[in-house]
Amino acid sequence: MHISHPARRTSDLALFKAMLAQLIVSGLATGSLYALLALGLVIVYKTSNVLNFAQGEMAMVSTFVAFTFLETLQMPYLWAFLLAIVASFLFGAAIEVALLRPATNPTPLGLIIVTLGVQQVLYGAAGWIWGYDTKTFPSPLSDTKIYRLGRVVLSEVNLWILTASIILMVALLLFFRYTRVGVAMRAISQNPTTARLMGTRTPWVLSLTWAIASVLGAVAGMLIAPITFLDPNMMLNPLLKAFAAATLGGMNSLAGAVVGGGSLGILENLVGGYLTPELKDSVAFFVIILVLCLRPSGLMGRHYRRRV
Amino acid sequence: MNVPYAGGMDVRTDYLQEIRLFRSMAAKCWFALLLVVLLVIPAVVEGYLVYLLALAAVHIIIAIGLNLLIGYTGQISLGHAGFMAIGAYASSLLMLKLQFPFLLAFPVAGLIAGLFGLLLGFPALRLTGPYLAIATLGFGIAVAQVLVKWDSLSGGSIGIHPPKPSFGPFILSGETHLYYLAIVMMLFMTIGAANLMRSKIGRAFIAIRDSDIAATAMGVNLTLYKTLAFAVSAFYAGIGGSLFAHLVGFISPESFNLLVSIQFLSMIVIGGLASILGSILGAILLTALPYFLSGIKNLPMVIYGACLILVVMFEPHGLRGRWGKIRLYWRLWPF
Repeated sequence: MHISHPARRTSDLALFKAMLAQLIVSGLATGSLYALLALGLVIVYKTSNVLNFAQGEMAMVSTFVAFTFLETLQMPYLWAFLLAIVASFLFGAAIEVALLRPATNPTPLGLIIVTLGVQQVLYGAAGWIWGYDTKTFPSPLSDTKIYRLGRVVLSEVNLWILTASIILMVALLLFFRYTRVGVAMRAISQNPTTARLMGTRTPWVLSLTWAIASVLGAVAGMLIAPITFLDPNMMLNPLLKAFAAATLGGMNSLAGAVVGGGSLGILENLVGGYLTPELKDSVAFFVIILVLCLRPSGLMGRHYRRRV
Repeated sequence: MNVPYAGGMDVRTDYLQEIRLFRSMAAKCWFALLLVVLLVIPAVVEGYLVYLLALAAVHIIIAIGLNLLIGYTGQISLGHAGFMAIGAYASSLLMLKLQFPFLLAFPVAGLIAGLFGLLLGFPALRLTGPYLAIATLGFGIAVAQVLVKWDSLSGGSIGIHPPKPSFGPFILSGETHLYYLAIVMMLFMTIGAANLMRSKIGRAFIAIRDSDIAATAMGVNLTLYKTLAFAVSAFYAGIGGSLFAHLVGFISPESFNLLVSIQFLSMIVIGGLASILGSILGAILLTALPYFLSGIKNLPMVIYGACLILVVMFEPHGLRGRWGKIRLYWRLWPF
C-alpha cells in the first residue's frame, strides 16, 4: 500500500479543496444567470400557465436594444442599462397584451404554440435588424481584473453577475411575498377565477408578470453578453439550461428556480472540471430526464391534482 | 350507401359512414385523378420542381406522424427532428457500414426510430403538457448532440453522404426515380394513417386526447396506447427521415436541429391539428414557402412564426378548418 508523506497529503487535500471551491463559486456565477432566466419562466408559468419558449429570444432582443443604445447612440453604460430595462419591461407587457390575451379559448398547447411563434418571429427579425455576425458587447467590467476570497479567485464580471442576480432574486422574492401585487399574482396562480371575483385585475397583473419576466431576461442577457458574444443565437443554449433549472427546482416554485439554477451551474462545472469538458453541455439534458422520471414536480414544486 | 346532404357540414347517420375511408363516390374519383396527376408530373415539369415535390412527400409523411401524436392523441412533441435523425442515420449507416440492401435498411430504420419512440413513451406516461414539451425538446437536442460527439459512428458534425437507394441491380438515381419512391411511400403511409384512425386504436388515441382519465374509465389501456402513439409517430418520422437522407444525399446533425422540429409543428398547426388533409396541406405549403421566399434570409421563419400566432388566434383548425368553411359556404349558397 502506498503511503504518502503527511505534509504532502495535506497540501494535496488543500489543493483539492481550493479547486472544488473555485469550481463551485464560478459555477454559482453561471448558475445565477440560469436562475434569472428560470425565474422568468416560472413566474409566467405560475400565473398564466404558459411555458414561455420566447423567453430566451425576448432577452436576446432586449440585449440588442441595449447594444444599440451603447454603440449607435453612444450612451453611458448606466443609462443604456436602465433604458434597456424600461424597454424590455414595455416589450414583455406588449407581447402579453397583443398576442397572448386575444387567443380565444386557449388550450395549453395553443399557448405554447403562440410562444413558439413569437420565438421564431423575434429570432428572424433580430437577424434582419442587427445582422447575423457575432458582435462584442461593450462592458465597463473587466474579465481579467480579479478578486481573491481566500484561495478562491473571482473575476470582476462574475462578481457583478453574482451580486446583481442575488439582489434581483431577493427583491423578487420579497415582492411576491409582501406587496399587494405580489399577493395578487400568487392568488391568480392558485385560482384565477376566484382571484378575479375577489376584485383582482387579472389581465393587468398577467401583463405585469410578462413585463417582469422580460426584465429578468434582459438583465441576464446583458450580463451574459460581455462574456460570450452577441448574435441571434446567443440565448438558445442558456434558455435550454433555464428549462433544466426550472424543471429541477419545480416549474411552480420561485425558490426552486433559484436553487435549480444554482445547482445546475455548479453541477455543470463539476462535471466539466472532474469528468470531461465535452459533457458539460449535456448535463442539462440528463438533469431534465432524471428529474422528469423520478420526481416530475421538481425539488421544491408542488403537485396539484387536477379534475377530469 | 350514399346519404344525401342533411343539414350540417359532416353529418353521419350510421357507424359504417363514420369508419369508411372515402366519403363518397366523388371522393374516390378525385383520388384517382390525383394518382394520375402524380404519375405524369415528372414528364411535364422541370427537374427541380420534381425534387421539391418529392421533398414535400417526405415532409407529408413526417407531418402525418406528428399529427397522429399531437393532433389525435394530444401529446406534444418538440423533438421529432430527433426521430427523423435516428431514421436517417440508421438507414444510411446500415447501408454504408453493414452493406444492408435498401429494401431491408429502409424499414429497419423506421423500426429503430419506432423503438426509440416507444422508449420515450414510457417517461412520457407520467408527464403532461409543459413537462412533456420540455422532455421531448431535451430528447431532440440530445440526439443531435450524441450524433456530433459519437463521430466514429456518425461522422460527427461533418456529416455523411447516404448511398443511392437500389432494388437489386436497379439503382434509383435522379429526381424522377426518387420522386416515385417518395410518392409511393407517402400514399402508403397516408392511407395507413387514415386506416389506423378509423380502427379501435385510433378511437383510443382520440379518447386519450379528449380526457385520459375518462378514457381509462372506459377501458382504454393508457400505458399501451400512449406508448403506441409515440412508437407509431416515431416510426413515421423514421421512415420520413430515411427517405429524406436518400433524397437529399447529405445529412449532418445540423439537418435535424430544434428549428426542424418546430418547422414540423408549424406544418400541422397551420395545416390543421387532428386532420390528415391538414397535415398534407401544411407540409406542402411549408415546403414550397422557403423556395418562393429564398431571396431574403430568415423571411420564411418570420412568416412561420406569424402564421403560428395567427392560426392559434383566429383559426384553431388551420387550413383544413378554413377549407371546410369555404366548402360549407358554397354548399349553402346563396343562404
